[in-house]
Amino acid sequence: MALKRAARTFHISLCTSAAIVAAALVFADGGALAQSTVSAPPGRVPSSGFQFSETSGETLYTNVCQACHMPDGKGATGAGTYPALAGNQNLAAARFPVTVVLHGLRGMPPVGYFMTDDQVAAVVNYARTHFGNNYSDAVTAGDVKAVRQ
Amino acid sequence: MRNGSSAVVTKRELLALIGTIAGSAAMYNAMTSLGLAADSAYKGPIELSGDVKGASVLILGAGLAGMTAALELRKAGYKVKVLEYNRRPGGRNWTLRGGDIYTELGGFTQNCEFAEGQYFNPGPWRIPYHHRAVLDYCKRLNVALEPFVELNHNALLHASGAFGGRPQRIRDVETDFRGNIAELLAKAIAQGKLDEAVSTEDREMLLAALKSWGVLDQNYAYKADLDTADYRGYAKGPGGGLSAAPVAGDTIALSEILKSRLWRHLQNFAAHLFQTTMFQPVGGMDMIGKAFAREVGDLIHYGAKVVKITQDSGGVTVSYVDSKDPAAIQTAKADWCICTIPLSILSQIPLTVGARMKAAIDAVPYASAVKIGLQFKRRFWEEDESIYGGISFTDLPIRQIAYPSSDLNRGGRGVLLGAYIFEGASAYEFAALPPAERIARAVDFGSRIHPQYKDEFENGVAIAWHRVPFTLGCAGYWTDETRAQHYDDLCQIDGRIVLAGEHASYLPAWQEGAILSSLDAITRLHERVVKM
Repeated sequence: MALKRAARTFHISLCTSAAIVAAALVFADGGALAQSTVSAPPGRVPSSGFQFSETSGETLYTNVCQACHMPDGKGATGAGTYPALAGNQNLAAARFPVTVVLHGLRGMPPVGYFMTDDQVAAVVNYARTHFGNNYSDAVTAGDVKAVRQ
Repeated sequence: MRNGSSAVVTKRELLALIGTIAGSAAMYNAMTSLGLAADSAYKGPIELSGDVKGASVLILGAGLAGMTAALELRKAGYKVKVLEYNRRPGGRNWTLRGGDIYTELGGFTQNCEFAEGQYFNPGPWRIPYHHRAVLDYCKRLNVALEPFVELNHNALLHASGAFGGRPQRIRDVETDFRGNIAELLAKAIAQGKLDEAVSTEDREMLLAALKSWGVLDQNYAYKADLDTADYRGYAKGPGGGLSAAPVAGDTIALSEILKSRLWRHLQNFAAHLFQTTMFQPVGGMDMIGKAFAREVGDLIHYGAKVVKITQDSGGVTVSYVDSKDPAAIQTAKADWCICTIPLSILSQIPLTVGARMKAAIDAVPYASAVKIGLQFKRRFWEEDESIYGGISFTDLPIRQIAYPSSDLNRGGRGVLLGAYIFEGASAYEFAALPPAERIARAVDFGSRIHPQYKDEFENGVAIAWHRVPFTLGCAGYWTDETRAQHYDDLCQIDGRIVLAGEHASYLPAWQEGAILSSLDAITRLHERVVKM
């Protein structure tokens, strides 16, 4: 609930477009999502609603996470830094990345708000088994649900 | 008074007097009745009087917040120095033109190939009339403004799954939606269904109002005729000479509008922030940043990346790396520090402040936003479609197409805002794409609204704010809960450090928020200095 209000407050206060306020309200309130029949160019298909439509860990990483953590998982540095996921010790305990995806961390937005528990589990499992990471204890949607609440 | 006429009390002096005697609530009431306050928190040009005792201030960031502080504090007598990460002033006040080269995080470089005179504002792009602080600085710094067209009745609303994918004119949707609702209400009144809600005395007047507001006929029906065409426009407009008679077009049925969900876009034009008149600087938003830099540019050390901020009872020490000498860590010291570094970055910098301010700095995530500027060979939206400025809205991931408000009806090239996506899934998805692919998507989606895109597109630039090296995001993302818990702690002066910027305002992502926050921060800092 807090996050639903978060999205709302942000859109209203940022006010870059009230259309999106309305869209956010409709989508965030779980109303009938008018899924437009979008046939995007070949390759990655953008989600048409407020929520991510990707289901696999790989597509979620490629379409979402790599905006900041980069295609090679090595992060990037400008005036500040996006941490590398490659070889990042913080991924060792699965609960940590689940918490970060769901609740954000400092500047990182809580992107898990736009994902189901299954999606969060999938993308965390992907990051923990790629980029040189090799953790075998997979996260389940149930684990995510427990942290989300 | 300054002219020596002591008998005349100026408005400002009167307000100061009322404020002194009766307190700020009375002053606010007086201001409102004089028609000054209401809309804006800006109190007019700041006056920092009193002895600053040679105090020095180090300002971190040469965006609008930082440069406002630099301008006003130097004027008040402070020794001022500014450290800025970029090699230009302005921060998010930023315009791209032909010849500009921009490298985003991850190393993707874009060469802007716009023609001479064309530009694109990747950050702020419009100024509401009630953003009085921005407007006042524009006036004082000689920044020429022109109208920014927010609402264009002839721009489009588009829903992929409605009307066979054909975009609808805003004027048609707006007039028909209003007319249909007026008719519906009039019917309900006639049938006595609103008797509980509407008194007998109000009934007749309400019916008259609905008739006028909704353009209903004498039977309170909304229909396609020349009366409604006066509002929604014509299938064939009135002409001269033979065959000149106008022809009304078909109206859209209420259920069609409801199903299409196009009604949700009408809110855009109702919001206080987007009401007329809006402004833009002539030639690009960065005219504001450049105007500030004409005043304070000599104080700015460009290419300085702050890596550590420490304070003790004697002052503030800031460690930074100059991009020309990346191996060396340099330091700058001052009595006070005004830090405008975005929280997405400040939260990563070692900083000696109290636990409460640190918690506040760490509590604000940064939003995702993507803007794409597209240059076309000709202004087909004007030439083919009579769309001069304004914004079309769509449910496609690009969400908006905004037409330039300048150089109207001149022919030749033009740059559109071909996508403006923030938050929600597609903002992240566009940010995750390489810039060239973002542009290709924007062209493809946009061509479903304007088929001319395919033939007329020339080149573009795509800015994803999470990839912007100097902000790592678009703007501070506050919620009611985080504001209640942290906002005051963020804005308090902590020892010798005070924060400013859009993130320290109730106007997130707006330049007005940055300037108001800066004025408030330096006012409080100055009070502390002169009382010491």
